[in-house]
Amino acid sequence: MNWKRASIAVLAAAPLIALFAYGFSRDPAEIPSPLPGHAAPNFTLTVFAPGDGPLMQPLGDTFRLGELVGKVVVVNFWASWCGPCRSEHATLSETARQYAGRPARFIGVLYNDSAASATQWIGEMGGQSYPALLDPGALTAIDYGVYGVPETFIVDATGRIAYKQVGPVSANILHQWIDSLLPNATAAGTVPRARVP
Amino acid sequence: MIGLLAHNALLVSLAAVAFGAILTPVAIRTGRQEWLQLVYGAVYTNFLLVSVAAGSMVVALVTHDFSVSYVAAVGSRSTPLLFTIISLWGALEGSILFWAWVLGLYSAAVVLLHHRRPGNLVPYAVMTLLAVAAFFAILLVGPADPFLPVFPVPADGPGPNTLLQNHYLMAVHPPLLYLGYVGMSVPFAFALGAIFSNEAASNDWSILSRRWMLASWGFLSAAIIAGMWWSYGVLGWGGYWAWDPVENASFLPWLTATAYLHSVMVQERRNMLRLWTLNLCVATFVLTILGTFLTRSGILSSVHAFTTGAIGYYFLAFIAIVLVTTLTLVAGNSERIQTKGKLGGAASRETVFLLNNLFLTAVMLTVLVGTLYPLVAEAVRGVKVSVGVPFFNRMALPAMVSLLFLMGVGPALPWGSTTWADARKRLYPPGIAAVILGAIAVIAGARSIYAILAFAFVGYAAMSNLREFWIGMRARHRAHGESWPTALVRLVAGNRRRYGGYVAHIGVLLIALGITASSTFRTEREATLTPGQTLTVSGRTVRLKNLWGREEPQRSVIGATMDVVGKNGAIIGTLEPRMNYYRVSDQPVPTPDVSSSWRGDLYVNLMAFDSGGANATVKVIVEPFVTWIWFGGLVVVIGAFIGLFYSSRGTGAPALATNSASAGPTVANADP
Amino acid sequence: MRYAALATVAVAVATCVAAPARAQDVAAPSRPSATATTTTASDSALEAQTTAVASTLRCPVCQGESIQDSPSDLARQMRIVVRDKLRAGNTPDQVKAYFVSKYGEWILLDPTMTGLNILLYVIPVLLVVGGLALVAILVRRWTAPETTTQ
Repeated sequence: MNWKRASIAVLAAAPLIALFAYGFSRDPAEIPSPLPGHAAPNFTLTVFAPGDGPLMQPLGDTFRLGELVGKVVVVNFWASWCGPCRSEHATLSETARQYAGRPARFIGVLYNDSAASATQWIGEMGGQSYPALLDPGALTAIDYGVYGVPETFIVDATGRIAYKQVGPVSANILHQWIDSLLPNATAAGTVPRARVP
Repeated sequence: MIGLLAHNALLVSLAAVAFGAILTPVAIRTGRQEWLQLVYGAVYTNFLLVSVAAGSMVVALVTHDFSVSYVAAVGSRSTPLLFTIISLWGALEGSILFWAWVLGLYSAAVVLLHHRRPGNLVPYAVMTLLAVAAFFAILLVGPADPFLPVFPVPADGPGPNTLLQNHYLMAVHPPLLYLGYVGMSVPFAFALGAIFSNEAASNDWSILSRRWMLASWGFLSAAIIAGMWWSYGVLGWGGYWAWDPVENASFLPWLTATAYLHSVMVQERRNMLRLWTLNLCVATFVLTILGTFLTRSGILSSVHAFTTGAIGYYFLAFIAIVLVTTLTLVAGNSERIQTKGKLGGAASRETVFLLNNLFLTAVMLTVLVGTLYPLVAEAVRGVKVSVGVPFFNRMALPAMVSLLFLMGVGPALPWGSTTWADARKRLYPPGIAAVILGAIAVIAGARSIYAILAFAFVGYAAMSNLREFWIGMRARHRAHGESWPTALVRLVAGNRRRYGGYVAHIGVLLIALGITASSTFRTEREATLTPGQTLTVSGRTVRLKNLWGREEPQRSVIGATMDVVGKNGAIIGTLEPRMNYYRVSDQPVPTPDVSSSWRGDLYVNLMAFDSGGANATVKVIVEPFVTWIWFGGLVVVIGAFIGLFYSSRGTGAPALATNSASAGPTVANADP
Repeated sequence: MRYAALATVAVAVATCVAAPARAQDVAAPSRPSATATTTTASDSALEAQTTAVASTLRCPVCQGESIQDSPSDLARQMRIVVRDKLRAGNTPDQVKAYFVSKYGEWILLDPTMTGLNILLYVIPVLLVVGGLALVAILVRRWTAPETTTQ
């Protein structure tokens, strides 16, 4: 045995094994979004589900993101055929209601679905407090780099995307981010930095 | 109940293989040859036990025994019987069980065929196989146990992955793939056995192993083609190869195995490249494990990757052990294995084989680097990147096109050496075919330089290989007055390995022609049609007749009936592309419909439809010569089959032509 | 002439390849009026460019497929975005840059030739060039007269 050659060969393979070991710490299905930290793409879409109570916006009304400067906006992409959307629906609807009097808005954007089945779904789920918009051709979804629903974006008062959630969003995350982004929030030092994964 | 039986069978099989692997070196070191009979007994016992386990799984699947965890995960009462049986390899745990069974089968065959051979090569090779089997047995009783009890017993299960229960080729592709993949453990075992037994410096081990490699190579070739056919028939985009990590994983060992099948000839004739050939053997096995690891562990995303948990860490540990062990053994013994050979001359077949090995290795490393690069980029740059079709096509095609050319040069040149003048005389004539096919490609509209070169080189190599048959037949015809068909049969029978190789070449060329033509001259259009409307693509016209729906136990099917309209307006055929909505999945699975002829395919996929039946969006693709790929695959397999049963008399000498009819499967005793 | 037969086969093969391609050339301008699409002749260049760009963009909801090949809704919609942006005068690189700004570098199936990615393009070339040099050296050495063997 030539142990010198053997050790060199084994050492040469070490980076490969290290690479595979590193691979386990990553999820190949997760695609980090480049959007957080950048200006939220503007969109102008039509309301197809009005919402109820104080958050209501009339059916057929036009929603413009650009008009909401000064407010924190939660943009949720969803569809009626999406299983995980069911689990976050109550959270979103309830949290939206809690922030009704504050400078925070919730909006749903329908992703590759028909208004009819989405409306029926909202009915089945027991209603939705905030309005939802139609996105024909998924142009807005593509503008937001959506690759699966649900996805939730939190836009700060300056119109910048502060956070993106892939998969169902929790009340905790919503509260944490909205509270920190609200204009009358605490000192700037405690504002979480935009996450750029 | 049956789960407990099978689980215990696997436990005992783990004990048997571990016992056998440990006993082998003890038996050899202490000189107790009779103990080797116990080792061989362990091999047979393992095969029996794994067969019991695999058989139990099939029974559990067919009887819908949902108390078995694997059945609960992939079974369903509504799945048709065929797909129920083949879901044995449709998910992770079952595929590991099937792998273990195939490995058990190969190990038993190795013992059966070679146990009489004197020396320590076979015992050490068996020890290596048992060590590999131990790994799979550990998986099967540990993280990939398919026989876990489920309680309470569910009434029904979700059924297999919808992509896998949508096409009958799923009954064909995976078994072929495993026969190819797992079979490559045998040459690896012989390579390590040769090092352990100090026989690596002789050619004996490669004479034993090359036939196993050829058989596995034939299976893997067939599996790759079947996999392409499956993609073509089920994914709905009219393609058959997407450089997906799973596809690359099957292609990588194919490349090194192909290189091995060529370099081993140089080794036998010239006593050269011994270390290189052994490395190819080892690399092929490592690549099969690596490919399985990459696609089963979930570290790369892929179409058919199984999602997993802890099993990835076991694979990582196994890969690390395999790499460290084999690299230590091979590098540590490299000085003893290396030989100093001589070439007869630069203008020789040997030189072409060196280039062949170079390009095959270059393609392999390019594909490997491209497949792993997303991991590297994430580790180093922290950014997710993709490496896909455009990259692989651009980077791997030049070397692959060069290989097509070499396939024409190699057979034309003699072993040993020749003068440059003689070489020119041998190499120029097939140039005619190159010019003709290249010109035709240009006239037909090919503009990409690689496409034109590929056509030209396919012509060159096809003529060069056919010319070898022609020259041999003419010689027999003139010398013995044999009729042409007799001359052909006796020529091939007299040197099966050589002419089997040429047949395989012709198969590869047919595949290359099919791929080049179908990708170069492919035309596609997508349109939304109302009933009665037509769509014409590349001179082929289809007309939407109607949309229909049908309920099946496991799925709802929406189909479009489309008439194929001939030049004169007559209906010359009907196509029914469908969309399948499985109850267990959000994602519909398409079933494109294809009208095939040797000239080309008319491929129609239903993309979307109006639920009221008012219109359907279809994609129509016209692809010339696709069927040549599948046919070429068959020819490759025939070539491998011919080469597998070559005469034991050696590599070059023409054997008596009369034994052709009775040759049969002589693997058992062909090698003295 | 023994090549005559082969040449005949080759020509026959060629006609089959050529036939559909020529048929398409003829069919393209004179499409039957009953067909569903309403594209004009000038659109064919745009279509070709769309296909070229779409083939290099990865479908986000599939795995490994390009948006050109994927039958999914999102891929179709993304193809439309590609086409619209090209029609609006964007260059292919600008269209790709748009998708990169939304989905990250991940969306490019053909990694950019910058930074670390250069390795990806350099390694295969080095392999072939180095390999060819190695083969040349080995063949020289192995065919050299006995005395120079080392």
